[in-house]
Amino acid sequence: MLRTIPNRCRCGTRAAGTLVAAALAATGLTACGGASSGAAVLNWYVNPDNSGATDKVAAACSQQSNGRYKLAVSVLPTTADGQREQLVRRLAAKDPSMDIMNVDPPYTVELANAGWLHTFSSAEQSQLLQGVLASPVQSAMWKGKLVAAPFQANTQLLWYRKSVAKAAGVDPTSPTFTWDQMIDAAVRTGKTVAEQGDRYEGYMVWINALILSGGGSILTNNEKGRDATVAIASPAGSRAAEIIRKLATSKAADPALSTDTEEPSRVTFDGPTGGFMLNWPYVYAAIQGNIKDGSVPKAVLDDLAWARYPQVDANEPSRPPLGGINLAIGAFSKHTALDLDAVKCIMSPAMEKQNMLVSGNPVANGTVYDDPEIRKQFPMADLMRRSINAAGPRPVTPFYGDVSSAIQRVWHPQTALNPTQTPRTTARLITDVLHDRRLL
Amino acid sequence: MTVTQERKTTPTAGTPAPEGLTDRARHERRLGWWLSAPALIVMLAVTAYPMLNALYLSLFSYRLTDPNGKRFVGLSNYWVVLSDSLWWQDVLTTFIITVVTVSVELVIGFVLAMVMHRILFGRKTVRTSILIPYGIITVVSAFAWRYAFALDSGFVNNWLNLGTFDWFGQRWSALIVICLAEIWKTTPFISLLLLAGLAQVPDVLNEAANVDGATFWQRVYKVIIPNMKAAIMVALLFRTLDAWRIFDTVFITTAGAQGTETLSFLTYRQSVTRVALGIGSAVSVLLFLSVLLIAFIFIKGFKTDLSSVRGDR
Repeated sequence: MLRTIPNRCRCGTRAAGTLVAAALAATGLTACGGASSGAAVLNWYVNPDNSGATDKVAAACSQQSNGRYKLAVSVLPTTADGQREQLVRRLAAKDPSMDIMNVDPPYTVELANAGWLHTFSSAEQSQLLQGVLASPVQSAMWKGKLVAAPFQANTQLLWYRKSVAKAAGVDPTSPTFTWDQMIDAAVRTGKTVAEQGDRYEGYMVWINALILSGGGSILTNNEKGRDATVAIASPAGSRAAEIIRKLATSKAADPALSTDTEEPSRVTFDGPTGGFMLNWPYVYAAIQGNIKDGSVPKAVLDDLAWARYPQVDANEPSRPPLGGINLAIGAFSKHTALDLDAVKCIMSPAMEKQNMLVSGNPVANGTVYDDPEIRKQFPMADLMRRSINAAGPRPVTPFYGDVSSAIQRVWHPQTALNPTQTPRTTARLITDVLHDRRLL
Repeated sequence: MTVTQERKTTPTAGTPAPEGLTDRARHERRLGWWLSAPALIVMLAVTAYPMLNALYLSLFSYRLTDPNGKRFVGLSNYWVVLSDSLWWQDVLTTFIITVVTVSVELVIGFVLAMVMHRILFGRKTVRTSILIPYGIITVVSAFAWRYAFALDSGFVNNWLNLGTFDWFGQRWSALIVICLAEIWKTTPFISLLLLAGLAQVPDVLNEAANVDGATFWQRVYKVIIPNMKAAIMVALLFRTLDAWRIFDTVFITTAGAQGTETLSFLTYRQSVTRVALGIGSAVSVLLFLSVLLIAFIFIKGFKTDLSSVRGDR
């Protein structure tokens, strides 16, 4: 929504002026600033961020704009599915208040295919992508055009307890460390491998990473939309099901694996049965925070180590999960030029660095990882950059939601997986669902 | 023998036989139409239009995020839904939840209604505390139940010595929690309707039965229940329709995982999550028809008299 701050200064009428200023200050608008023209308010829809990083970046960019725009942060729901739902609902209603939004990478091209996102020109594209790592860009391109700017680029690492790895006699940092070795090591030591197995997007992240790491892929010819080729019924698909089933039916599984999301799996890892965990790097800052507030013993941090995502096959490097956030500009926004300026500001290495320092989430710009402050706060900075570079996106298709839900449905619960049957059933379901021949 | 009270239906000015309307009756009837017209128009605008639109959309294969792929498919969406095992699994889940919750609620609700009706001291306090769960927002109550049974924050496993049993990890245990949450939340509603019914049972009948030497159970079965049958049927109808459309509790506790998805949730997922407006509209039309069917069975089959709760006969 266009909310332009009025130019007229009401400071003259004392009592009333104070009241108006107080009221405007309360609504987040600055009155009587003396700016010669009103600053346009740009709404920035963000995923919840308790760290305050987003607010800092928004304030800094508003400041840098010299009164041309003011970024107003609006918070989306907590889950990835909920965020997408709200974006879809608002964009479908052609909501002009959708200026800038954080979009989960796999949902980016869905919004673009519907015609709801601004498409960047090639000049804008080369400007925005300066220094940005290659993997995250894959999820922001649709039909050869850039439709969003990769802002954060997340990846999962393998977090483990040094003592457990030692007791089991394994080296997770070895370039050939596999899932099988990890699960066996956890079983031997009576510890767990914490993963995200709830029926939600986080589980899809796991499945996709296993399939890509096994040399396969879920979908090919994605640009054909609903007629894309479903490729999950492959040896790589079977291997993925086999590994998940092996973990779920072993003693290394968290009892709540089938309902675990990121935080519960971290709680398991921090607890007495913690051994290995696949999770996003936010956990490093989160564990430190828990040590400060006393809910996790300091020994956990001292024992903590990290490595690249384990391999499916000892001879093939893993393709770690790719997460992150793309910045998109709404097609119905009333001030696209200003939106673009704001996106450039948010994407600048200085802002990305600040964002990464405060939020603990890795960013898409590769140059940031060379910064000494970043390297001090993230001892695993090089590993994160390597992991992002090697990471593979989830299927880039406008029907991603259907593909993901179909997989989640067939692959849940983990104990019922059948390595020969499950990938075939999934392939049939995806094809039928894309053509409205089955419910989902 | 069943004792029911005979009620004389005296024709009043408001509801005379259709033939031979008096002038006054005609005017009152016209006034009635005028008074309800604004509400009727608003209802048509906010419910009839979306319903007709849903009917229209259900004839298309249409994804909101793929506007170029929209195509007319006739009734095929209905065939897809009705031949899909997911639909029937959800019908079964919804049916189980409905039957279990409504029957348990009816029994507990009746007991609570008796308590509220009979209690001599602290009547207001008792009635208020019985009604509190109904005043709590369903989503909030669902969260409370979820946290109580969750592995990380829950206390139930501790109480029952269940260790790390994951209530939401299996279909039946998850359904048990969902049913418990529903029963806790909506029993007060049913007991409120039954309390109204209890108040309609004339004291003289109870006294007469007492004098004849009837025991408490005999009075319940032969005097009280037959005389409040109309109220029971209305309470059952309302609760069945509500239970059939259960959404919030499932959404919060399991999000439909482990085979706990209900019909409302299926509709939500097709239309809102998948934005498959065509097939989603077909599901919602079918859900609407099933609600109509339940209402029809109750009103025609069991001869439920909706006016009885208001006491105007």
